[in-house]
Amino acid sequence: MENNSETKNEQRQFKSEVKNLNFYYGGFNALKNIDMVLHDKKITALIGPSGCGKSTFLRCFNRMHDLYPGNRYEGEIILHPDDVNILASNVDPIEVRMRISMVFQKPNPFPKSIYENVAYGLRVRGIKQRAILDERVEEALRNSALWDEVKDRLQHLAFNLSGGQQQRLCIARALATEPEILLFDEPTSALDPIATASIEELITDLKNKVTILIVTHNMQQAARVSDYTAYMYLGELIEFNVTDTIFIKPKNKQTEDYITGRFG
Amino acid sequence: MRNVNNLEEIRRIISLHKKWDLVFMVAGIFALMIAVMTFMALFAHMLIDGMPRLSWEFFTSFPSRKPESAGIFSAWVGTTLVMLVTAVAAVPLGIGSGVYLEEYAPRNLLTEIIEINVTNLAGVPSIIYGLLALGLFVYQLGFGQSILAAGLALALLILPVVIVATREAIRSIPVTIREGAYALGATKWQTVSDHLLPYSSAGILTGIIIGLARAIGETAPIITIGALTFIAFLPPSPIKNEFPYVSIEWLTAPFTVMPIQMFNWVSRPEEAFQLNAAAAGLVLVVMTLAMNGLAIYLRYRMRKNIKW
Repeated sequence: MENNSETKNEQRQFKSEVKNLNFYYGGFNALKNIDMVLHDKKITALIGPSGCGKSTFLRCFNRMHDLYPGNRYEGEIILHPDDVNILASNVDPIEVRMRISMVFQKPNPFPKSIYENVAYGLRVRGIKQRAILDERVEEALRNSALWDEVKDRLQHLAFNLSGGQQQRLCIARALATEPEILLFDEPTSALDPIATASIEELITDLKNKVTILIVTHNMQQAARVSDYTAYMYLGELIEFNVTDTIFIKPKNKQTEDYITGRFG
Repeated sequence: MRNVNNLEEIRRIISLHKKWDLVFMVAGIFALMIAVMTFMALFAHMLIDGMPRLSWEFFTSFPSRKPESAGIFSAWVGTTLVMLVTAVAAVPLGIGSGVYLEEYAPRNLLTEIIEINVTNLAGVPSIIYGLLALGLFVYQLGFGQSILAAGLALALLILPVVIVATREAIRSIPVTIREGAYALGATKWQTVSDHLLPYSSAGILTGIIIGLARAIGETAPIITIGALTFIAFLPPSPIKNEFPYVSIEWLTAPFTVMPIQMFNWVSRPEEAFQLNAAAAGLVLVVMTLAMNGLAIYLRYRMRKNIKW
């Protein structure tokens, strides 16, 4: 049973700590003074109305904002166990992305074969030996519950898969490199209910292997899959707690209004 | 205020307004016909005049004072070699510039000025490129009135086309694909070489072919740098029997090209030379149409596996 006491022992349970994070799109302060933690091998959900900054926050974790000019971070995201601040300007964003993988809102497989999609992250890391690639690709596809469906057509184009299969392929692609944290940006918003259920089941299974941060606009999804939930509004972190507490006994009136559907 | 709720009144107004639909449709068809019919008439005229002259000998004969034995051998060989130089020069420069502007260039005033310039370069009259090539390639760099100078002049001419096509093709790749590559830890170059270039190759290739199709008919810059109008010999062969088997002597050879051969024949007083010009024109038009057809086909083929 988790509790929120800040003992030294507990700190080892954190995979990451966000300290006074501010983020700016040019002059616009999109994230304001965020303090939060990611518990190791747990699922943390980010919820909140559209435009509240939850995706912006998620994309800080793999320095995606560095791809576009005019974006600026302030504060720290500490990654344990080596206590490196991944937002520091002397930390290479590519190194961060190699440690923290991401699954996007819309399935975005490359127009390549199923095999090459999963293998790409490994190829980027310079792995060329066929045997290692084969093994890691199979393992990633098994972990994303896709192996049995595609093992006979690994050389087929990824576009020929269904939407749900494409999203699981993208999860396999992100898993193949054995990331420390897996980021999900509304991973089921483009999928039908059946595909959504299979992705949710997969995410729940994955928490034994990896720390997960998931953005969702679907509160039921947050309640179903996550261990911790953060409610955000207008760039601020309003409330962060164990998921059950957030949904059953939120401390903040705003959170309660959003959860109960009175607003949002 | 007038009462328009009356149904009769409404119908009268509608039919009155619909008359303008009809008027514009007729005017539109008429305008379109002027454009299409003019081209058809020109093409038909060229076909009737030139078709009888087309024969194997026409392609394998040098120009001659006797119209019936004159051919386009030196012209089509010259055109082919000039196009080769143009492609070899314009393709790497154009793709390189396009990729740099799209992926690497910092977003600042200087980049913006360069971008505007590149777009405007496409509108510069081709004879200006001819003058530039005359001054720079022919005299300054001492290439002479050669295939090399002509090919480079045309390369400059189509460079903006290739650059713009490259940028458009890269820009049409969804941002999620690009972010997907970066999110896996790819560097800029890995993203460009593993994803952006392969996925945009259809668009880039189309741009290259459209550019070459434009260059093949260009006359002004070639005349400006001083191509000969009457050439009864071929440039030295690029392939040789003895080591090193390839030769670049042809690059510095004097030459002529198809449009210049045509120009030469049209300016002769004899009727028979006019027919030769029509036949050469026919060949040139078919070459251009074939290149455009190839571009459409390649675009279709290469995009089959890409869905966005």
